[in-house]
Amino acid sequence: MSEILLDVRNLKKHFPIKGGFFRRTVGWLKAVDGVSFQLRAGRTLGLVGESGCGKSTLGRAILRLHEPTAGQVILDGEDITALDHQALVAQRRNMQIIFQDPYASLSPRRTILQTLLEPLETHGIGDDASRRALIQELLDIVGLRPHVLHRYPHEFSGGQRQRIGIARALTLNPKFIVADEAVSALDVSVQSQVLNLIARLQREKHISFLFISHDLAVVQHISDDVGVMYLGQLVEMTSAENLYREPKHPYTQALLSAIPVPDPRKRAKRIVLEGDVPSPLNPPKGCHFHPRCPQAKDICRQAMPEQINLGSESDPHLIRCHLYT
Amino acid sequence: MSAVEPLISVRNLRIEFNTERGVVRAIDDVSFDILPGETLGVVGESGCGKSVTSLAILGLIPSPPGRIVSGSIRLQGRELVGLPEAEYRRVRGREISMIFQEPMTALNPVFTVGSQMVDVLVRHKQLTRKQARQVAIDMLAKVGIPSPEKRIDEYPHQLSGGMRQRVMIAMALSCGPKLLLADEPTTALDVTTQAQVMEEIVQLQEEFGTAVVLVTHDLGVVAETCQRAVVMYCGKVIEEADIETLFHHPKHPYTRGLMDSIPRIREQKKAELPTIPGTVPDLLHLPNGCRFVDRCFQAQERCCQAEPALERQADGSQVACFYPLEAGA
Repeated sequence: MSEILLDVRNLKKHFPIKGGFFRRTVGWLKAVDGVSFQLRAGRTLGLVGESGCGKSTLGRAILRLHEPTAGQVILDGEDITALDHQALVAQRRNMQIIFQDPYASLSPRRTILQTLLEPLETHGIGDDASRRALIQELLDIVGLRPHVLHRYPHEFSGGQRQRIGIARALTLNPKFIVADEAVSALDVSVQSQVLNLIARLQREKHISFLFISHDLAVVQHISDDVGVMYLGQLVEMTSAENLYREPKHPYTQALLSAIPVPDPRKRAKRIVLEGDVPSPLNPPKGCHFHPRCPQAKDICRQAMPEQINLGSESDPHLIRCHLYT
Repeated sequence: MSAVEPLISVRNLRIEFNTERGVVRAIDDVSFDILPGETLGVVGESGCGKSVTSLAILGLIPSPPGRIVSGSIRLQGRELVGLPEAEYRRVRGREISMIFQEPMTALNPVFTVGSQMVDVLVRHKQLTRKQARQVAIDMLAKVGIPSPEKRIDEYPHQLSGGMRQRVMIAMALSCGPKLLLADEPTTALDVTTQAQVMEEIVQLQEEFGTAVVLVTHDLGVVAETCQRAVVMYCGKVIEEADIETLFHHPKHPYTRGLMDSIPRIREQKKAELPTIPGTVPDLLHLPNGCRFVDRCFQAQERCCQAEPALERQADGSQVACFYPLEAGA
């Protein structure tokens, strides 16, 4: 069993809601509210949930792209949340991000070469010759030809741009990459190519991924472990195998049953949830999921369940649900 | 094919768009039928022409830059291509209606949901505003909107994404159209909401006997709701079959590749997903011969020279390939 690379402890990110005449803070949006989990080196944690559940905010709070409100993020033994600005910049070498829309995350005025050189220059890695050699190697890894270097982002297709985004994330040889909806904008035939690329990087370069996606089939395919989020909290997390074979949280069960199966002979038995995800501005009291939960009990309306581990230390099955306490 | 008179029959449709880089043929010789009451899936990747096809049926191809070069679209025998705009307006909404991917852009933000629905009903059904309002409330209730008599006076921004799409569906079906074109109706929605909305569509379709064309890239949704589907690639229909055959015995290498490359929830994980090599070609620079030739695993000499036509197979499906895949191959 490999060592723990990332340890997230009770992480919170609350955004102030400004209102009234003096733009005073009138409330808090608890986008991430007390998330704890561990990720082992070389593994991929998939993070699923519906829009607004806080999965992207969690990814960004881990990298301190959003300053966390409370909690700790320990990456490779170092507490990211305690670093000063300079130390944080240095630590960013180890943690990178790939965004959903590579068109929005690549500068339209820079050639691919300039884009890929920038991180190396910022961190003062290598000389000009070795940088270029590294970039050539990266292009080869992500499956782009060398002549693309002097082109601009608009000259590429969505899949190619995403490969460039991945190459950029790889320039600093990070230990940990957050992939935020990295394949969601791609067509299926291209999506499968990019997924295979990510899986290969994980295997060969031993990079740990936090793979954020709303597509549960994609997440199951790419991940070793899967976490399910609902209104800012991790409601269930375990190995991908466990989760899809035996989902325990009623929300996970409903979410999994809602996926359309691409096989006309197998029609999923569906648990259709009532209503919509409530506003995170004003989450329901008690368990956030209770108004939509088919199995809600009295206690669910009153108290927020604690996160407990139903599995073992080495094979955890984290869950936040009163049915199991 | 069958003895049933098709509701819509599209024949040899060709649509071109003038662009800065040249003339793009977005739809190239496309023919298919839509039968009354059926659900037809139109699948394909971005740029394959699936949305343009549905816009053409609605007579909404922006012109310029687009134009229908040739071909015909018949609604129960009546030619729609070249129909004057004033007459088309009576077809849209009453006989054919459409729901789009992003309901926020399709609803007018400055009017209440109710006033938009009432307008449609007053125009097409000659109801008074009071009657129309009652019909609108009933429709909203049918699509599963709680307390519709309150919701009807709200503005689109006050509703969630799933609610907005339901309003669109209610509006689209309020005049009892024969055909509903649904262009990626659930793509912007979360899975649990998608499940709810698809259920509403299927239920209402059964109730009203409306035919539905479901344009989507999501093969899962197609497998669950459609009886038949056409697969498009670079402006052409390359395969057409009933759902069972399409998913279990795809004959075009592209269809097969698409089916294989979707990640599925399965017990045993595969290390590598099968992929289709390369990318969808630029419509301005299509390869010679079959347009899939560059990416096809079984391309032969002949495929580079001539373009295969859509041909009917023994099992009733149609495929545009010189070497259709055998069952179990």
